[in-house]
Amino acid sequence: MAKIYDLQNVKRVYESRTVVDIDTLEIEDGEILAIVGPSGAGKSTLLRLLNFLEYADSGLIRYKGQEVNAQLPLDFRRQVTTVFQRPALLQGSVEENVVYGLRLRGKKNGKGEVLEVITRMGLEKLRRARARTLSGGEAQRVALARAVVVRPAVLLLDEPTANLDPYNISLIEEVVREINRVQKTTIVLVTHNVFQAKRMAHRIALMLSGKIVELSRTQDFFDHPRDPRTRAFANGEMIY
Amino acid sequence: MQQLLDGILEGLRLLFTGDAVLWEIIYLSGRISGIALVISAVLGIPFGAFLGLARFRGRRLVQAIVYTGMGLPPVVVGLAVYLLLSRSGILGHLNWSWIPQLFTVPAMIVAQVIIATPLVVGYTMAAVSEVNPDLRIQVRSLGATPLQITLAVLCEARLGIIVALVGGLGSIISEVGAVMMVGGNIEGSTRVLTTAIMLETRRGNLDLAIGLGMVLLLLAFLINFGVTQLQGKGN
Repeated sequence: MAKIYDLQNVKRVYESRTVVDIDTLEIEDGEILAIVGPSGAGKSTLLRLLNFLEYADSGLIRYKGQEVNAQLPLDFRRQVTTVFQRPALLQGSVEENVVYGLRLRGKKNGKGEVLEVITRMGLEKLRRARARTLSGGEAQRVALARAVVVRPAVLLLDEPTANLDPYNISLIEEVVREINRVQKTTIVLVTHNVFQAKRMAHRIALMLSGKIVELSRTQDFFDHPRDPRTRAFANGEMIY
Repeated sequence: MQQLLDGILEGLRLLFTGDAVLWEIIYLSGRISGIALVISAVLGIPFGAFLGLARFRGRRLVQAIVYTGMGLPPVVVGLAVYLLLSRSGILGHLNWSWIPQLFTVPAMIVAQVIIATPLVVGYTMAAVSEVNPDLRIQVRSLGATPLQITLAVLCEARLGIIVALVGGLGSIISEVGAVMMVGGNIEGSTRVLTTAIMLETRRGNLDLAIGLGMVLLLLAFLINFGVTQLQGKGN
């Protein structure tokens, strides 16, 4: 598989604290990569770098061969989107939220796609409901629908199912796997949940203190971990 | 008490019999304050949004200046505009055609714009600041340009912005100091509701003054009722 992201010696520093310090990381086009690790490991910051929401203080990030910086063309920026842990929905209906990304791109004939995605997410009965009145699980499904409808090349998921009930977790995981399989969308999933990573990912990276400790195929991550910290994390032990 | 009742009845009579003088005053008040509000909105909403969203050195100083502007006494604004536009003033002596002359409608509009703009800026800034910051990141992540992000935030803050406009309108349609000073209360030319109330009270025409006061109150009520309706829909 071709690589879609290439990170070399990337550092991100907040007020003299290095939160991301990655020597090398390649993300393959069309894969599901899970990034696991404890809170404060730098996982969410890494996602923001991958979504071009902020930039590395040093090192190089390439997306599809293009150097990532403030001059990255809008066409490239719009190929990547994130679903955050806490969905921030716009005022208005579920449908208005889902169509929003298409409107930003000037697409006026996306009604069919919007309805299809809303139905796929089990939101058809809530189509006209005010988005701000939804439960946590429903709101997260709207956020995922809003991200998926623009058919991104890369979908970044930042703890998308944290604090959700089993039904919503199952539905969201199913949809994510489906768009990866059908649309070949590259998925980068940040999660605390090592079992979710095992269910979803082709490869898993363990992040600690801003560094990638180990990156391997999912089976190897659990069956043949190279680093003792990976073994400890896979076994559910706390690592800080 | 009787005088008050007579005044109210007289006010209603003038209003509903289409008294030409009264309606001319109402029309002129609405025109001046309406134009001033539109100009204040054009200047104040983008600047308020900028102050609410951007982070830059000196932002707090600018905010303090805006907050000071929100409490500007209209009579001081009137004095400043008077000094600027009078024949011997900084702008008045230039005698350029586009600079408004004293005791004209454009001079009154200038004064009202100076009063209303800081209010529109301040309330817009507050409304925009209250929008969930996660929403800006989310919208950006969905591919919004900086302009689209700003529009999304303004859209989210729309009720606060409506309140900003109403606050601005309320402050200028009911002020008397500035319009009296730069407008001069000339009948048929620069006489507005507030200056007319003052004049009629001085003349002893309390019935008419109360009638004009009722119109002013009615206008304020209608505007505020409209806003509460909008807020109800927004919630």
